[in-house]
Amino acid sequence: MSGRRLASGGLIDRTRPLSFSFDGRRYNGFAGDTLASALLANGVAVVGRSFKYHRPRGLMAAGVEEPNALVQLIDGARTAPNPRATEIELYPDLIARAVNCWPSARHDLGAVAGLVKRFIPAGFYYKTLMWPDWRWFEPFIRRAAGLGKPTDQPDPDRYETRFAHCDVLVVGAGPAGLAAAAAASRGGARVILCEQERHLGGRLAWDQAEIGGESGAVWVRRMAQTLAAQAETTVLTRTTAIGYFDHNALALLELVTDRPDDDQSAVRQRLWQVRAKRVILATGALERPLVFPGNDRPGVMLASAVREYLGRFAVRAGDEAVLFTNNDAAYATASALLKAAGRVVAIVDSRRHPSKQITGPLEAKGVAILPGAVVIATRGHPELTAVKVRDSSEVERWLTADLLAVSGGFNPTIHLFRQSGGRLCWDDAQALFKPAVSVQAETSVGAAAGVLTLSAALRDGQEAGVRAAEQTGWPVAESEPPRGADKRREDSLAIEPLWRVAAPGEAFVDFQNDVSTDDIALAVRENFVSVEHLKRYTTLGMAPDQGKTSNVNAIGVVAELTGRSIEETGTTLYRFPFTPVAFGALAGRNRGELFRPVRRLPAHAVHDAAGAVFEEYGGVMRPAYYPRAGETPHQAEQREARAVRECVGLFDASPLGKIEVVGPDAGAFLDRVYANTMSTLKVGKARYGLMLNELGVIIDDGVTLRLSQDRFLVGTTSGAAARIAAWLDEWLQCEWPHLQVLVAPLTSALATLALTGPRARTALERAGCSIDISADAFPHMSWREGVVAAVPARVARVSFTGEVSFEISVPARQATGLWTRLLQAGEPFGVEPVGVDAWMLLRTEKGYFHVGVDTDGTTAPGDVGWGHVLRRKTDFIGRRSLTRPTNLRDDRLQLVGLDPVDGIAGQGFLPIGAHLCSAGSTRASDGYVTSSGFSPTMNRAVALAMVHAGERRIGEILTALAPAGRIRVRIAKFGAFDPSGERLDG
Amino acid sequence: MLLIACPWCGPRDEIEFQHGGPSHLQRPEPFDAVSDEIWGEYLFFRDNPKGVQKERWLHAYGCRRWFNLARSTVTHEVLAAYRMGDPAPAGLLEPPATGGLA
Repeated sequence: MSGRRLASGGLIDRTRPLSFSFDGRRYNGFAGDTLASALLANGVAVVGRSFKYHRPRGLMAAGVEEPNALVQLIDGARTAPNPRATEIELYPDLIARAVNCWPSARHDLGAVAGLVKRFIPAGFYYKTLMWPDWRWFEPFIRRAAGLGKPTDQPDPDRYETRFAHCDVLVVGAGPAGLAAAAAASRGGARVILCEQERHLGGRLAWDQAEIGGESGAVWVRRMAQTLAAQAETTVLTRTTAIGYFDHNALALLELVTDRPDDDQSAVRQRLWQVRAKRVILATGALERPLVFPGNDRPGVMLASAVREYLGRFAVRAGDEAVLFTNNDAAYATASALLKAAGRVVAIVDSRRHPSKQITGPLEAKGVAILPGAVVIATRGHPELTAVKVRDSSEVERWLTADLLAVSGGFNPTIHLFRQSGGRLCWDDAQALFKPAVSVQAETSVGAAAGVLTLSAALRDGQEAGVRAAEQTGWPVAESEPPRGADKRREDSLAIEPLWRVAAPGEAFVDFQNDVSTDDIALAVRENFVSVEHLKRYTTLGMAPDQGKTSNVNAIGVVAELTGRSIEETGTTLYRFPFTPVAFGALAGRNRGELFRPVRRLPAHAVHDAAGAVFEEYGGVMRPAYYPRAGETPHQAEQREARAVRECVGLFDASPLGKIEVVGPDAGAFLDRVYANTMSTLKVGKARYGLMLNELGVIIDDGVTLRLSQDRFLVGTTSGAAARIAAWLDEWLQCEWPHLQVLVAPLTSALATLALTGPRARTALERAGCSIDISADAFPHMSWREGVVAAVPARVARVSFTGEVSFEISVPARQATGLWTRLLQAGEPFGVEPVGVDAWMLLRTEKGYFHVGVDTDGTTAPGDVGWGHVLRRKTDFIGRRSLTRPTNLRDDRLQLVGLDPVDGIAGQGFLPIGAHLCSAGSTRASDGYVTSSGFSPTMNRAVALAMVHAGERRIGEILTALAPAGRIRVRIAKFGAFDPSGERLDG
Repeated sequence: MLLIACPWCGPRDEIEFQHGGPSHLQRPEPFDAVSDEIWGEYLFFRDNPKGVQKERWLHAYGCRRWFNLARSTVTHEVLAAYRMGDPAPAGLLEPPATGGLA
């Protein structure tokens, strides 16, 4: 195909030619091109296939509103699915492919979808593909749906987030925005101006307008210098405002470098979170197409886009053009085409009496003007070759053309305004929605406010800038607004809305999701008349372009079909983001190791040196087991567990929560917070407690020490420390502020190491302990303070394993030294470091339940053998809920132990989560396994489970359903090992 | 992103705070004289106003104090911030946004 690049002009850099590839063919372009303009210059007419029907599509627009040219940008780990060709800056050796087609956009096997078109209108999937089984169709639908493909490699680039505060944020650096920013900045206000493109000025950069006697481009340069001279002004280009949130918070996406290459410090994109005192929205307006049969053929383009390709990229989109319009603005495109040596065959104007001032100059140049006429069809395989026109006398004829430039009017870009909560009104004279009522401290100016002429936009922007500066305390002196002398007419659009052309054939409204007027009519017939229902039923406006070229046309069509006014029909909601955002930009630096902070034990280094295998438990990296050479994880676990039962184990229990609760009312407070009584605990003693929420559900358990009359050390489950400290604080601040209590979390300040086993006492003696640790002097569930291995420590006799245990707490920085010395001291007695795996096995065989593992969001004290808390006379959190009907049911899930029936040996464990069934039960499941392991001490499997009415069914045999098969188990009281607890009395 | 004025620290970004449900809930007492209905209402039933809502917030990444906000659920405008335990300021009325399409 012959190229259509003009010999001169445009903002492209002709000294830097670039080559690129599209759908496997090589082409040439220039620096400054977008992929779209380069494709157009090379005469590539078909750039994609439509989503549903696989119709060939060409470029329609020049900017973010482009609905057809979604491509797959192929760049290794930077491969991007579905960027629009109009937004991709051309770079050397760029590789792109059209999406949703195979093998190429021009020749697509998927076009067969067009043959079954009548069976797949809007909403077809609500009515078909269900019998005999919808799952038969799912794989085909999955393959057919979707457009580009994401890469499966991690994003190699760096992304940043920045927070900024300013007095005035101006969004958009077109004429109105530049005027506003320049005006606001003069008094010294802190101004941020953000602009989506690389250049400032919008269309002024290439449009040949005149402002106050100088060219638009020169005016833009002057404004840029004004802004650069202000220390408190920041100008961000290639920065799109993508969202407007509460209280004037906006998100801006800055494209810093497209291809950081190997520069590790380069940032690819930067997400700005800006809080502004005043916001000025100068986001311009987007042209909307006309709706007529054949309007999606490659070669049909927006009139303003044709002009932008001419002026900005020096590309003429066709040789023989027809224009179809319902307003004055499109005539400028005709003039521009003629100036670029194109031929304008005719202007089809749906208005019966377009002004002679507009039509005269073009008629004089030999352009046929057809008033009161409409386009009713197009022809071409696949690119446009002819346009069918029906004139005011109903005469129809074909006009030869390879370009049909259409204009149906303009839509102010009010997306951010709507996101801010503002309300729109319908401007009947200009046939557009524009801002009417602001809800936040924000103003729209220029085309974004429906002010479509250049002089008015400049004035609008400047006034808003001055006002914003004043309101934020940085007043400026007013100056004479520049007079824009738009080379085109300054008057109104003179638009006469034409929502659809009445003629046979398929007319598309949403190009990206393939929604036609027939689909809208179908939705209306089926009573989906609310725009919100229409949108979801037809999927109009739900594609990546979010209806930028289709929403308003759809509202016009629906209004006509239902006999309502545009105001009555209304718009759907506009949501963040305005344009698609890469996940990397939203993640910023929060990825990899920085995604979620991981905590380490104070003694991490010694565990690591001992070869521990770490896993994450409640946000803390802890040793799961310490394998010897050649050991499997299971073997290590068994060895460590056996060591605890036979001699002595050393376990790092530092993440166990430690919260000091202090004050004259500390005891009374804990009585309200715990299900059991704490105020009667004596100084020097320890007591296990259960905490409930107001629903009576167990939220934590732990051992509390009484340090003095008004000082308690509350213990919590590892991982719950922060949550419980916050819980205590909440009740004190909100419900019982009169109680004199202070809560101080100490968990990370102290390390806790547990020596546990029949030889624990002798090991501790050998390590050196100033406390009398004989059984009579230091009974179970008490604590003492003293010096252990030359370190001041608090020692508590609290056991999670069922063996004699000494939990030794020291300042965290002493952990490493103490661990080493305890290991040395215990060596002659066979001491082993113990990981979490073995620890959990030991507590399982003792029947000690683990909150959140054996209990869930419904478990009450009575379900785990703690029904006696109901005997208390005083109130506590959750007390009232324990006597609700649901808590008094006799078939509640209750904690039980499970004994193997058929002698499970070796690895034949009961899987956690396995459901338990019984032959006589009416339920599908009688409960499930919550904890499970193999006890080397008892040489059998051990398990805990939650079983309906379990306590009444001791001795009953159930069947556990496991992937390996059915396993028979007998319900037992929980606590298989040493049920009388005599090993603790030693 | 709400801008929340903590009564103790001043205006801070929403990201520093945690929402805590509605304010001024009365915990029914004494526990042995509360009916299932009243207790159930306290546990599960909440007002859902279109307009001014008084709600609890915690300055989680700041002073860690709980306080109350009076906020419009329609416009998200914050009408008042007051300390936990204080009564809501009198005469809180959200100014209606007049005109325009919904």
